[in-house]
This record gives sequence, C-alpha cells and structure tokens, in this order.
Amino acid sequence: MAKRSFRVWRGDAKGGEFETFEVEVDSGMVVLDVLHRIQERNANDLAIRWNCKAGKCGSCSMEINGKPRLSCMTRMNIFEEHETITVQPLKTFPVIKDLVTDVSWNYRQNKRIRRFKPKAPEADGTRRMYQEDVERSQEFRKCIECYLCQNVCHVLRDRDGKNDFVGPRFMIRVASLEMHPLDTEDRIPELRKEYGSSLCNITRCCTEVCPEHIGITDNGIIPMKERVVDRYFDPIAMLGRKLFGIRKRTKSQAEGGEP
Amino acid sequence: MLDVSEIQTIDTDVMVVGAGGAGLRAAIECSAQGLKTGVISKSLLGKAHTVMAEGGMAAAMGNVDKRDNWKVHFRDTMRGGKFLNVWRMAELHARQAPDRVRELEEWGAVFDRTKEGLISQRNFGGHRYPRLAHVGDRTGLELIRSLQDHGIHQGIDFHMECAALELLKDGDRVAGVLAYWRETGRFVVFKSKAVILCTGGGGKAWPVTSNSWEYTGDGIAMAFDAGAELMDLEFTQFHPTGMVWPLSVRGILVTEGVRGDGGILKNNKGERFMFNYISERFAPETADTEAEAQRWLEGDKNARRPPELLTRDEVARAITAEVKAGRGSPHGGVFLDIASRRPAEFIKSRLPSMYHQFKELAEVDITKDPMEVGPTLHYFMGGIRVDADSQETTVPGLFAAGECAAGLHGANRLGGNSLSDLIVFGRLAGVGAAKYIEGLESSPKASDEQITGGVRRATEILNREKGANPYVLHGKLHEVMAKGVGIVRKQEELETAIEELEELKTEAKTLKAPGASQYNPGWHEALAMRSLLITSEAVTRAALMREESRGAHTRLDFPGESAEWVKYNVIIKRGADGAMEIEKRAKPEGPAALVAIANAKIEDLEAGKVGADV
Repeated sequence: MAKRSFRVWRGDAKGGEFETFEVEVDSGMVVLDVLHRIQERNANDLAIRWNCKAGKCGSCSMEINGKPRLSCMTRMNIFEEHETITVQPLKTFPVIKDLVTDVSWNYRQNKRIRRFKPKAPEADGTRRMYQEDVERSQEFRKCIECYLCQNVCHVLRDRDGKNDFVGPRFMIRVASLEMHPLDTEDRIPELRKEYGSSLCNITRCCTEVCPEHIGITDNGIIPMKERVVDRYFDPIAMLGRKLFGIRKRTKSQAEGGEP
Repeated sequence: MLDVSEIQTIDTDVMVVGAGGAGLRAAIECSAQGLKTGVISKSLLGKAHTVMAEGGMAAAMGNVDKRDNWKVHFRDTMRGGKFLNVWRMAELHARQAPDRVRELEEWGAVFDRTKEGLISQRNFGGHRYPRLAHVGDRTGLELIRSLQDHGIHQGIDFHMECAALELLKDGDRVAGVLAYWRETGRFVVFKSKAVILCTGGGGKAWPVTSNSWEYTGDGIAMAFDAGAELMDLEFTQFHPTGMVWPLSVRGILVTEGVRGDGGILKNNKGERFMFNYISERFAPETADTEAEAQRWLEGDKNARRPPELLTRDEVARAITAEVKAGRGSPHGGVFLDIASRRPAEFIKSRLPSMYHQFKELAEVDITKDPMEVGPTLHYFMGGIRVDADSQETTVPGLFAAGECAAGLHGANRLGGNSLSDLIVFGRLAGVGAAKYIEGLESSPKASDEQITGGVRRATEILNREKGANPYVLHGKLHEVMAKGVGIVRKQEELETAIEELEELKTEAKTLKAPGASQYNPGWHEALAMRSLLITSEAVTRAALMREESRGAHTRLDFPGESAEWVKYNVIIKRGADGAMEIEKRAKPEGPAALVAIANAKIEDLEAGKVGADV
C-alpha cells in the first residue's frame, strides 16, 4: 500500500478547478478504484460515470494524465511511483459535473443513421451468412460506445465540427451496416452530404485510443470514403450517368455482387 | 409545503423501468402494440448489465446438433432449476426462444456462423446440446446494441440517467412512477396506465459480485412497497467462476464459455477435481473419466459431457469445498485452465474479451497460464411473482420481466437462459401490458400525497444536518450478507443476519448525503440503500424459511433436497403494518405432459416415447 496524489477536476458547466487528494492505493488497483476510494472517504458527491468495471460497457471514459482512457482498465502500476495522477472529464463534450460529461449528442447522431433493412429470408425461413462475410461487420460491432474516439477526433475536438461530422464512432456504425451481408439500404448519399465523411483527414487518432482495438480508420472510415468517391467522383461512371442515364451504382454491385 | 404542480410530469401509456435486454424488448413490444411508451434507465442507453453477458443465449434451434428441440431445452431447464421452476414459464421460454433469436437477426444482430451459414451454437453448462447463439464472448453487447439500434426508431421515449424512486398507485392498481434525473436531481412524475419493471437483481448487497452499482434490487423493493408478492428469493446464484485477483476486480465474471470450449478446473495439487462432485441426478449424463471427457471435447457424440459443465450451483459448491479443504489457489480460488487444452489462436478468437480482461487487469496470459477463479454473486433466480403468460404481478397494471421476475429458473439458472429469458418474457410483458390497458375503463390517477411523500423521503437525505455515510452503511451491509447469507447457510447465521439487518434499517433512517442534488453519487447511493435493505431482508428471511438444500440455496443444517419442499414456493409480501409477511405456499402442479418430459430418460424423450403428444 502506498500514498498517491490524485488531482481531480471538480466543477460543473459554470467552471471548476482541480482538487488534490492523497489516497492509499493497494496493489492491483485501477484508476477507477482509486476514484471510488476518494468518493467513499473524501468526497461522497464526486461525480463519476461507470458500470461494468471490466472494459465492456464504455461508461467510465475520462482523460488521465492527458490521455483519453477507460478508467476501469487503467492500472495504477503503469504510472511512475511518485507521479501525480491528473484526472479530468472528456474535453469534447460539455461537462455536467466533475468527471461526467453530456454525451447525448452521440445518441442523436446514431438516430440519424438509417436503420438496418434486411433482405427477405430464404425459402426455408433462414438468412444464411458465412463467417468470412460477417467478420467485417462484427469488428465494428465490438464498439462499446465509450466515445474516446469521438473525444480525440480533431474535427469534433479542435474545430467543434459537431454540426458537420458524425465522428468516427458513427462512421463505423455506418460501415457496420453497409458491410452487413443482409442489409439492402443505401447510406452513401447521406455519408457524403450529411455525415461529413470528407471532413476526416485520416490522422488515425481515433484508432489509437480505441480500447476494443477496432481498425476504425483503415477498416471503417477509409472504405466508406472510397465508396463515396466511387459513387460521386468516378469520371467514367459520371460520364455514363450523363450520357446514358445509367443509374448510380447500387450497394450490392459495389460489394462485388451478392447472390 | 411542496407544490405538486411544480414537479415535471410526463404522460404516457406504459412506463418501462430499466433498459437492459428485458426493458428494451418490452418497450419495443409495447410500441409495436400501439402504446405510447417511455423507458427510464439509471445509466446511459446500452450500458445496462446485459452487456456483461458473455457466453450466449440459449435457444433450441438445432443448428449445430439436430437432435436438439424445445422439449430437451425445457427438460434441461427444469432439471437445472431442480424442478422448482414455474412449469409454464419454462415451457414458453423453451418454445419461443428460437423465434426471438431469429428476430434479433432480422433487427441487425450478427451472430457467429456455422459452416452452413446458420447461427452458430455453443456448449454450456447444463445444456445437453450446443445451444447458445453467440458472438465470441460478447453476446450481451450484441443483444443490447441490436435492441437499442432497433428501438430508437420505434417512437419510444428514452429517458437516460433517470432513476425510479417509488411506484404510484390509484387504489389497488398502478398509476405511474416517481423518479429523479440523476443529472439535475430534479423529480419527475411519469403518469402511466401500466408499468413494466425490468430492473435486474440485487447483487450489490454482497461484496463479491459480478454486478455493477445499478443492481440494488430497486424493482423488487418498489414492487414490495406497492404490495406485490415476491417469490423464492432465497435462490441467489453464485457463478462458479469470478476473478479472485487482484482484489479490486474480485467478482468480475469469467464466462462459462471457457469451460464450454474445453477449459478444466484444477486444485493446487493439479487434480481435476470435478470428477469427485458428480451428483446422482447428473451421473448418467456426465463423463466419469478424463478419457471420456476428452472424447466429448473432440466431438464424439456418444461421449458424455465433462463434469466442468455441470450446473452452476454444483460447480460453485465444489470450488468452495476444495478451497475449504486447503486445496485452493494462492488467492483463495481454484485454477481454470484452457491454455493446456486449446491452441492460443483458438482461445483468442473464441474468448477475446476474456483474453484481454486477464491480460489487462491481472497480467495473466490465459493462452499460457491458468486463471484463478472463485464463486461470485451473479444472479437472482427469485424476484417478483408474475403470471407466466402475461408477466403481470399481483398488483394490477404492474408487470415484471427479466431477472427481477421470478419463476423461469427455479432454484438455479442455466447459463445462457438469461439472455433468452429477457427477449422471450420482455416481449410477453409488452403484450400483457397492452391487453391490460385495452381492458381499462378509466385512467388511473395517483394522489398528490403519494408524490409529495416520495419527494420528501428522498430529499430528507440531503437536508439532514448530519448523519450516517451511505458508503459506510453499504460496506456494513456487505459484511452482513457475506457472513450470514453466503453460498452455504445455516439457521443461527441467518437469524443473526436478520437482527443485523434490522440495525442497518434503523441506521438507514439517518443517512446523510453531503452536497447538492445535482449528479450526486452519495445521494444516489443513499437512495439505493432502501432498495438494497428490503431486498436483502427478503432474501435472508426466505433462506431461513426454506429448510432444505436445493440448487443455489444450500443449508448446512438441512443437507440435500427434500421431497416435501419441492412442493412449495416461499412468498413474501408487505403486511398491513409495513413488515414483511412470509408464507410457505403450495406450488401448483405441472401439467402431466410437461411433468413427463421433465422426468423422462433422455433416450426415451429423443426416441419419441415420451412427449410426442405435446
């Protein structure tokens, strides 16, 4: 057991400041454990959002020594012995109180995305899909909605682009639907015009912070950007549309043809 | 004096309390039935404990082994529940689960596949055939996300971080819910014709639990206060494999899928001890040599199942016995070994989140070394008594589904039967609420006094000059429950626990939460203590009454199942003076056809000698 210094941001929408706590830390503890100890012993009203404590629900996101992390998965032994640990709320979203931010904007983005629209079942009532075909979509479905990627996205964080870009979380949500073998909906027009796919300039910060190690940029965002480019900026296709009235490519053709 | 007209009021047909799998499925059904539907959840949407469910959802689709069907699933459920299950619920569940799983796929869920392109199914404790539809070891996340992404387009009003305080009534029937917004601490009245409780269990009464802060028995306590009957609360499941080290993660779940995929349990002498704990009931269907268990793992359909896949109550008791006999691991558990059984790549692809959980939290590489595991309070089989078909409680207009409802699982729940429970009975609760509302002649109305009374009880905690620290009181409750109402129980200890709970109830009247009402966890903790204390008392009193050992309820002073007690449920309700009334009530007998299936030899059932007429 050792005493550690924790600087914790306390305050609300009107403002706040760091408060320092000296806390006993036991071996094996994670940052969230220490915050709970502060809550129990020093500050009963310290606001923290958390649930599963096992990296599966994505509730306890915060910035720890400047890095966005899940506090339940941040072990104390990654810090130097005498290092002061500074904990503050996610910067990209408005503070409610202490370490809790208002992430409701994210829920509104999800609702804008057109829902899953499956093709009809086969004659025997089942919908066959093969493991190799579902794996791309499954990768994005691992997302625990911790919003760490949203928090570090330059468009959202530094340029306050919340009106123009849905952010990496919802780019891969769109990708999970577009790459779903059964889905028949087309979201490419919205991706370009409403979700702001062109605003991402592929700095990969989102991918780096993802606790689920999802290939957000390479496997999700870039393929989505490519589909937009193929649809709207492919000169041969554009010419074809103009001269012969060929309709824009449908999703299933872009997928390379499905039965 | 508080003016009720100043409290925010929202009118709706039905309020669903809780947004885990059951709550979301119930809300989707209510909306499909044309009801104006609201949902409140203590957490953000998609964070409920359903996300922690790992292994899968049980549904006899027969995709992997064609011999499977609803009757075998029903039989497994009854035997796992030690025949205390409500017959009709076990039947409905087994019959309807396959359709509910396929429906999730229609809503976008992406399950792992068989080679033929169908939904893959895995082995699990107590299930005769591979039956659990799954997505790696994150099936709960897939379930909740699929329901969430479907539900947000159904016209349902979701109110996040809004916690229920009390049920409102008009005479005998329910009239709505009094709640508060966690963010602001302001109160809100949801006026509704029906309420569906989907609030989960009360694992937070114990110190070592897989449950998160939300599981404080709110629905059980609110239903009790509203006069509803509770049933069989003595059955609290200790999942055999929780993490035991480091201390700060003690209790976090290690999926049964590890054993389903070949993991074995060993003591500190390296012995595979489960072979010594095969009970008579399961002996004919369990391998009794390592060689046979190995053949099963390699896919031999004639080999019997390894004893590590016995039901959870049996495995948890075996682990406890090994540790008690001095054969435990360094941190007081036993070893769960999959590293020596499967290649590293297999483990990483089948159990990715277990791999990360141990790597990141315990610095153990499960592809190289065994895990240390021990029992953790995981699940309430008992809860609010409901009608099997409609999920209505004994209070008109009040419904319950999922973990907070009693009946499906009897004395012990099989792994994988929880996620399927949520979607089967969540939906039935929605259908039940719609039928109830259709038959209503007038809308219920709660009195102003109920609302002001509820608000006063909640704000007293903030307004007191000084008083007990809610976190300290919660710690004391942990001690009482760990000491007196653990995995093995006896009369004197249970009686002591009841006395100690009475003291805590008195102390709870003086709780003080410092700070303002805005997002104040100390206040939230204090409010939850009320639910926790009611729930803990009900569990303890029920455990004292049931003088036998059955399923998850083990009495040192009454070893073994009693032929007499299987005929009874333990019912608790609020007496006229507010005290708990407890009753040993005869359990309705099952229909002959179902009884025959449950008791049949598996060979006879599969040959159609039994149950062909159902």
